[in-house]
Amino acid sequence: MSRVLTEHSIDHVVLERGEVANSWRQERWDSLRLLTPNWLSRLPGYAYAGPDPDGFMSLPEIVEFIAAFAAGTSAPVRTQTAVSSVRSIEGGYQVTTEHGEIRCRALVLATGANNSPRVPDLQRSVPQAVHCLTTFSYRNPQLLPSGGVLVVGAAATGVQLADEIHRSGRPVTLCVGEHVRLPRSYRGRDILWWMENSGVWNQRYDQIEDLERARRLPSPQLVGTPGHCTLELNTLSGAGVEIVGKLAAVRDGRALFSGGLANQFALADLKMERLLDTFDSWARERNSDGEVGPIERYSPTQMPQSTRLSLDLRSGEIRTIVWATGYRPDYRWLNVPVLTPKGELRHDGGVITDAPGMYALGLPVLRRRKSTFINGAEADVRDLAQHLAGYLASCRSP
Amino acid sequence: MGHTVNNGVNVDALLAAREALKKAPAAGEFTWRASCKWLNGTHARSTVQGFRGLGEEQSHKSEFSFDTDHPQVFASEDNGATPVEVVLVGLASCLTAGVAAVAQNRGIQLRSVEARLEGKMNIAGILGIDGDVRNGYDNIKVTFHVDADASKKDIEALVAQSQKRSAVFDIITNPTNVTVEVV
Repeated sequence: MSRVLTEHSIDHVVLERGEVANSWRQERWDSLRLLTPNWLSRLPGYAYAGPDPDGFMSLPEIVEFIAAFAAGTSAPVRTQTAVSSVRSIEGGYQVTTEHGEIRCRALVLATGANNSPRVPDLQRSVPQAVHCLTTFSYRNPQLLPSGGVLVVGAAATGVQLADEIHRSGRPVTLCVGEHVRLPRSYRGRDILWWMENSGVWNQRYDQIEDLERARRLPSPQLVGTPGHCTLELNTLSGAGVEIVGKLAAVRDGRALFSGGLANQFALADLKMERLLDTFDSWARERNSDGEVGPIERYSPTQMPQSTRLSLDLRSGEIRTIVWATGYRPDYRWLNVPVLTPKGELRHDGGVITDAPGMYALGLPVLRRRKSTFINGAEADVRDLAQHLAGYLASCRSP
Repeated sequence: MGHTVNNGVNVDALLAAREALKKAPAAGEFTWRASCKWLNGTHARSTVQGFRGLGEEQSHKSEFSFDTDHPQVFASEDNGATPVEVVLVGLASCLTAGVAAVAQNRGIQLRSVEARLEGKMNIAGILGIDGDVRNGYDNIKVTFHVDADASKKDIEALVAQSQKRSAVFDIITNPTNVTVEVV
């Protein structure tokens, strides 16, 4: 956004509570790699120029990539400048930071949707002896106690951590609820090549039938590895990870799992198939059938012979619980009435209609399905910068 | 799309209710009720008439009555289906109604829908013979036969969606708090 505001000659500052790329530096685990291949790492006027365009950047590489972009655009970033309050004033907003007050006519919230880990209330019933941590504080499997690990949540992070924790020699039980299944590669191309080129990723928020549902979708079960492997539940269970249903309750020290696991598998398999059908139609329409390999379909997610419906958390079988149950935004500092009763930002494609001159970036399906991905930023940013410029111009004219 | 398809479900009304409830969430708080009177032995009669919803007391247009009992192999009189069979009825009917509603919403014309259910249970549980055996079902298998104007995948998706939004499926597959008091 800063880069594009500069193009518009709009005077601005960027406030960052830590260092540039703070969340990547502080709040992610050691082995993290992007889910998106490097050729998709595009920001305005900037792209990946390294030796492995089909690979997936590691955490230090991501930090370097973003820091270099910031430096290269001479973004006016004030680091170590936490914001404690934003409120409305005549003509704009008053921002209270740890280094003083700022008044502005327009404001862009680029804090994202993943500020704090979301942990279900039933965590309170987990016996004290079990070590609990979230994906915010998890760094690597060696830091966990030895013994069994219960991973709660099977979106991208959950399946990745279940895999690496299992490979560290600790028995893993993975709780699976609603999830999005995707192959890493399809017909010889990365699945995100299909998302990008077929136009699925470009689908606009105002063209999506059930937008709220689309915004709530869990991140797809993808991982970025040198081997471009597909991280699917069949692979995990084949390797010895125990798959159980969604963690539904903890009662008298027992974890209780949903008996609806088979349908979760069916829903995810059907959804994946619909997406692959969409890709095949697109390839056929533009005669790409030559550019890509033959059509593939994958084995249904197998239901184990018998799945446990409960597990005794007092038996010592489970020494650690990793909550891979998602994140929520933190808007405690936002003292402007722009939140829904559930604490989410109320916005129309990133324009916060209840607060003139206020905008949001990087939220799920903000303006397009690709809004939360690095390559999705530019299109959204250009749209919103235009709106912002128009807003400022309208403030100036009498 | 939904204009020529008629499964008898008033989807428009349901969608309108959905929108209205988003604005007035308290109206969505329902209380369903059932009463039960012991008759003799394991024979009981349950009735359903009143419920609460949309902010006020409601009533079915007549009282519905269900006799339940145990079968002769349990040395009983078989005056009605067993309670555990009534649970299968609850699941079957909830999923079936759901299939119709989802089909209507998706513009799929149903010609016939039949479900067969089987719940496996070892009675050593309820007879207190073996503490490792649960009282309830070890598993429940539901088999749907659906004849509709749709591909096999679309029909599978219908049935999957019905489970996703089914009250009884949730009640059975997830823990539910039950408190019992004697007054």
